[in-house]
Amino acid sequence: MPWRSANDIEMYSRAYKWIVSTPPILWVGIFLLLPYALMFAHSFWLVRDGTIVHEWNLENYAKLFQNPVYLEVLFRTMRMAAGVTLLSLLLGYPLAYYMSFHTGHSKDLLYQLVIVPLWVSYLVRGYAWKTILGSEGILNGFLEYLHVTSAPVSFFLYSPFAVVLMLTHIYTPFVFLPLYASLEHIPRNLVEASHDLGAGSRATFLRVILPLSLPGLLAGATFAFVLTLGDFLAPLLVGGPSSIMIANIVQSLFGTAYDWPLGAAISVCILLLTISLLVLTERLENRWSFR
Amino acid sequence: MTLPGSSQPQAAPIAGSGDVLLEVRNLAKNFAAREVLRHISLEIASGEFLTLLGESGSGKTTLLRLIAGFEQPSSGEIWMSGERLDTLPPYKRRVNTVFQSYALFPHLTVEENVGYGLQVSGAAKPEIPGRVTEALQMVKMQEFATSRPAKLSGGQQQRVALARALVNRPKLLLLDEPLSALDANLRKQMQGELKSLQRELRITFLFVTHDQDEAMALSDRIALLKDGGLEQVASPREIYARPATSYTARFIGQTNLLRAEIVDGVARCGSLCWNATPSNGAALFSLRPESIHLSPDGAVPAGAVRFRAVVRQQIFSGSSEHLELDLSGQSLRVRIPARGPLSGEQEFWFSPADAVAVRK
Repeated sequence: MPWRSANDIEMYSRAYKWIVSTPPILWVGIFLLLPYALMFAHSFWLVRDGTIVHEWNLENYAKLFQNPVYLEVLFRTMRMAAGVTLLSLLLGYPLAYYMSFHTGHSKDLLYQLVIVPLWVSYLVRGYAWKTILGSEGILNGFLEYLHVTSAPVSFFLYSPFAVVLMLTHIYTPFVFLPLYASLEHIPRNLVEASHDLGAGSRATFLRVILPLSLPGLLAGATFAFVLTLGDFLAPLLVGGPSSIMIANIVQSLFGTAYDWPLGAAISVCILLLTISLLVLTERLENRWSFR
Repeated sequence: MTLPGSSQPQAAPIAGSGDVLLEVRNLAKNFAAREVLRHISLEIASGEFLTLLGESGSGKTTLLRLIAGFEQPSSGEIWMSGERLDTLPPYKRRVNTVFQSYALFPHLTVEENVGYGLQVSGAAKPEIPGRVTEALQMVKMQEFATSRPAKLSGGQQQRVALARALVNRPKLLLLDEPLSALDANLRKQMQGELKSLQRELRITFLFVTHDQDEAMALSDRIALLKDGGLEQVASPREIYARPATSYTARFIGQTNLLRAEIVDGVARCGSLCWNATPSNGAALFSLRPESIHLSPDGAVPAGAVRFRAVVRQQIFSGSSEHLELDLSGQSLRVRIPARGPLSGEQEFWFSPADAVAVRK
């Protein structure tokens, strides 16, 4: 179609922009911003005689900080998240380092082996840990066979230990991936230059490789921490009463307890925590990337 | 000194200032089934500027990396000042490298980059800042001490890389095509600075390049590599005037290769003939374009080889004229001082001493 005037082009491009940008805006609005707004509003309402009353107040937040249970669970969740993060880094970093620097042709195969567990259902992996850790489980059977223990050890399953173990297993690939990517991006001649200037393997790792992999390390740690913070299935599957996490409380408040306003208030707190964490890591990542 | 197992007949005398600093003995390197270096033997004198010249794939960078310690030789040895070098890890060799892409640490400032070698090798702490400043002054980069490499231009990064390699006071500096990423003007300038720096510091330079002009301008000696073997090792003047092989003659400068038949001390190539030393049989001679002279008045020196040829093409380039001659089917390149246009058949001559017998 021939263009008749500049005005037509402008009309067209405006219509085009509108058509292209509407779906994502609608999507974000309806499925993200609106739910957040509703959650935010709910956190300032309250429940009276089993119904939600739209009366603006700060009682939910007051309850949160007065009742020690909530803060205790929140701190426990953060401790467990920190544990998962640390363990995933301890497992993921050496693996990523080894694969990036010391494997030749087997690199791709190993990479696939690390990735494959991501395709296995979360629930399946949870139940797998149940059969491993339970009193009739593989681990206890093995220990008894070796005469290390005489009776089943009960704290393997239904304990914070089990939750941290299972989540570490699940989130290690999430930590591995950004770490591996950042290690792969380190130009190998920097390693050669470091050796050339008199640095041995240890000094080269500490002074060149580690600092340059910090952005990936940070991204991986953020994944593990934030995902653990919001997890509620692992405590249900392999955790006991002592390993209730903050998301379990939210779940029960929205479910059986039917106290949506309090649940929303906790969710807002978790959300703020997560956002401030992401902002912080983003800042650090920007400072530590040099390209 | 004789080299055990040396397969290089043209082991050239050492130029530099005396003692042998580095000795490469019968060094070979294979990558899988591919032979990248074929039993090379080479000596580098202390204080010398030696250039490894060759096309890409000739093995020059591999030789450099073997000396730096980034690769392990398949066979052969490297010695430096009476010490076996090839069995040491790179961080224990008193050798430093200027990398082709500079390889500056992006997370460190310029001064931290330069100080890196001193820090990791345990130099006395109070000594470090002074030596870093000194090295930066040497390459005129002290005002950028606190910048990060990403903020610097290619030429500036090059200088920092040089300072970083020199601060450790290596016995031998390896330079892997350090100027190839710079534009032509900057490259000329850096060539001059490199040369004067090397003279000043009296550090031995082993320089890798594929640019023959650069090699000629900088080197005390040139080692020309071809397909992983040493073609010739000689000073720029000698390698130009006395190329050992036809490859050398063509790679360094321009030349005419004359295929001649020698009978009883007389070489004959088409209508040309001159006295030559090689024994009877087929021989190849290199004759530089500037060794062929025009004789406008027909007068030639005694003993010269004279011939008439048709000027097929003439290209004027300021101070000189490039001619292409047709000598009964054979084409000859000639360079003469600038003079007016030429046409038709002209009289030329060359001295038999300038026709250099070369191996194939």
